[in-house]
Amino acid sequence: MIEIKDLKKSFGELQVLKGIDLTVNNGEVLSVIGSSGSGKSTLLYCINALEPIDSGSILVDSISVHDKATDVNKLRQKIGMVFQQFNMFPHLTAQENVALAPRKVKKMSKKDAMDLAARQLEHVGLGEKVDSYPSALSGGQQQRVAIARALAMEPSYMLFDEATSALDPELVGEVEDTMRMLAKEGMTMILVTHEINFARDVSDRIAFFHQGRMEEINSPDQLINHPASEHTAKFLSNVR
Amino acid sequence: MAINVFSELQPKDLLFLGEAALRTLEISLTAIGIGSVFGAIFGWMMSEGNRIVTFIINAILDIFRSVPLIIQLILFDSFISIAGYPLPAFVSGTIVLSVYTAALVANVARGGVEAVPASLRRASRSLGLSYWQDLRYIVWPVGLRAVFPSWIGVALSVVKDSALVSVIGYVELLKASQILITRTQDTFVILTIAGLFYFALSYPISKASEYIERRWNQ
Repeated sequence: MIEIKDLKKSFGELQVLKGIDLTVNNGEVLSVIGSSGSGKSTLLYCINALEPIDSGSILVDSISVHDKATDVNKLRQKIGMVFQQFNMFPHLTAQENVALAPRKVKKMSKKDAMDLAARQLEHVGLGEKVDSYPSALSGGQQQRVAIARALAMEPSYMLFDEATSALDPELVGEVEDTMRMLAKEGMTMILVTHEINFARDVSDRIAFFHQGRMEEINSPDQLINHPASEHTAKFLSNVR
Repeated sequence: MAINVFSELQPKDLLFLGEAALRTLEISLTAIGIGSVFGAIFGWMMSEGNRIVTFIINAILDIFRSVPLIIQLILFDSFISIAGYPLPAFVSGTIVLSVYTAALVANVARGGVEAVPASLRRASRSLGLSYWQDLRYIVWPVGLRAVFPSWIGVALSVVKDSALVSVIGYVELLKASQILITRTQDTFVILTIAGLFYFALSYPISKASEYIERRWNQ
């Protein structure tokens, strides 16, 4: 379970998160929508300790993420993350990309890590691309390798930061299908996304962020068809 | 009757030049090795450290980059002699050449670290890699590939610049050529041979680097 209490975060003068309270239950898929600059990506970075916070707290499985005593490298193994940029390591093959962290962080033997990587790539439908370098893969394939790479650490949570927004339109589907598959398998996920239709299909709840606050959180049907906030309604009418 | 103080170029002179070429290689490789290690550390400190660290290192290295190497060599060699700790020409030459190399490599290394996108490093950290693991397994290989041609460029120029070490009496290729020229007065032939030796030292380096780059780019 991820519990966020009164989270505040600024970049210099600009406060991007103005007190967020949010709980994500195990097995839940939560989508976070909102216009650019509403703080939704920053929220993900804070959950993964990639950004320090100003005040408030984030507990992941009751471990305080920003406590000085917390071993973030260990904590991050619980939390897989996929970014907008594909971020494949350019000097490694798909299989080596996936095997790196299990080998170096979990101290798996090379053979075990490479076997695991091959299984994870198979899982996201890239069993034939194990030996390909990133330069030989499409954006959609690279993003699926990034998903397999995160899954290889056997995380309890997956965070997706606009995972499809840098993709050519015809490649969005394959990555969304992979994310859908994870949702079906019961993975706890937080998706920051601009794809409202995808969010509606895959999510248990959708949160709408507006200017650093969580304006509204509700079931997809309620939030999209009967938004309680005028900001939500305005945002939805603009993206359609 | 005129006494001829000059003598013809002899086969054993070629051996003399060959040995001197090896000394050029020796002092160059030593300086490139030591200078690259320190240069990489300085470059890393400049790209990852705070602005004060960057400013101080950069200011110091700027001195070594902007003062002509020949002046640095003479100043350092005279200084340690005056101070009462004279060093063999090879040692003081290596020290000066290494510092000079480090100053050049530092900029290259800084460019290498900065060539690795922040998002790539976030991705590796998000997998649980520690700062040092990220540096070793991501920043180092990715950054090295980005600046490898520049680093080879520095290495090749150090091989040529090592000729200046002759001014403090180290008998490397250029100094050996001068000795032979003084004896034979055969400037053209000897400098041509010396030039060929420099080419023979540099060519394998640039060929090897091309080969490595081609393998990386597969």
